[in-house]
Amino acid sequence: MSEHTNTGHKEHILPLSLYLGIGSMLLVLTAVTVWVSFFDFGEFNLVVAMIIAASKASLVALFFMHLKYDNKLYAIIFVSSLLFLAVFIIITMFDTLRRDDVYIEKSGPIQKQSLMYDSLKTHSDSTTVVDSLQVKEDTTTVDLNK
Amino acid sequence: MSHSQEGHPKFLQHHFSDVEQQRESAKLGMWVFLVTEILLFGGLFVFYAIYRAWYPDMFHNAHLALDVAMGTTNTIVLITSSVTIALGIRSIQLDRQKDTIWYLFATLLLAGTFMVIKYFEYMHKIHLGQLPGEWYHFDGIEGNNPHVFFSAYFLMTGLHGIHVLIGMGLITWLIFRTKAGHFSSKYYTHIEMTGLYWHLVDLIWIFLFPLFYLIG
Repeated sequence: MSEHTNTGHKEHILPLSLYLGIGSMLLVLTAVTVWVSFFDFGEFNLVVAMIIAASKASLVALFFMHLKYDNKLYAIIFVSSLLFLAVFIIITMFDTLRRDDVYIEKSGPIQKQSLMYDSLKTHSDSTTVVDSLQVKEDTTTVDLNK
Repeated sequence: MSHSQEGHPKFLQHHFSDVEQQRESAKLGMWVFLVTEILLFGGLFVFYAIYRAWYPDMFHNAHLALDVAMGTTNTIVLITSSVTIALGIRSIQLDRQKDTIWYLFATLLLAGTFMVIKYFEYMHKIHLGQLPGEWYHFDGIEGNNPHVFFSAYFLMTGLHGIHVLIGMGLITWLIFRTKAGHFSSKYYTHIEMTGLYWHLVDLIWIFLFPLFYLIG
């Protein structure tokens, strides 16, 4: 059925040291991600944090969740969900970040309030959200196309 | 047709041809479930991504309201609990039921610690009015719509917290069933599946932690 059948039994009893080793690596990577957050890489802050998180997640999935040793079908199912998630995020971000290339309105939330937020902001920066919510209710009939 | 060899284990359901097939099927089902979990959280990650792209400065300012020390502690607690449940599964593979119970109990305790820390974090924010949407009434964060950050924070950590609570329920159930002698190296599917679930909960937190506590 599968490649590793020295005992005829298919479970993989991994050594204690492996679990402790992976656990320590995860803790070290946690320390690293906190440590690097004190440095400013500008645009790459998020990239660095996500690379570290992805490494940690890979360790958990490969060793704790046994994907490295189990039937590869599980790994394929798992990775396929990540691919779909990537499609979900990437296509949404294309729309979100490039919307102002197509429309004259600035890219921003698709909601009536968005223009209100902008105009309120120019009036006073200290307007609290509670106030703006109140104002919104009174002016929902305002012509949003100006 | 007669599959009933002598020693036909009583945990083997009649619709599976052997223990191995039953195990693999259970695991397949569990992984499909985990995929739906990833997509469930995925929607919230997209929500986060959109608003962080729109309000990068506000996200940076608002994240300062979170306590990095508490977040880091919770990350350590959750990773340790992932190790203990993995060791619990290893113990049952070696037929050491007593060790399994101890490891499960340690996992439960760590999960409880996580929730207690979360409780203090939530209480602090509720007290200050750093709340989602229209409940937001805090004055110290500059930028547009800081309530959106807290919507994302409470939705994502809240859904994650619910998963931790469900996991605690499952682990408690496993402790009782292991005590009752239901599991052995021949049959421990429930523990293995709960382990997979618990690792996924840990995995999601691994992403939530830098996304909320460590915005550069």
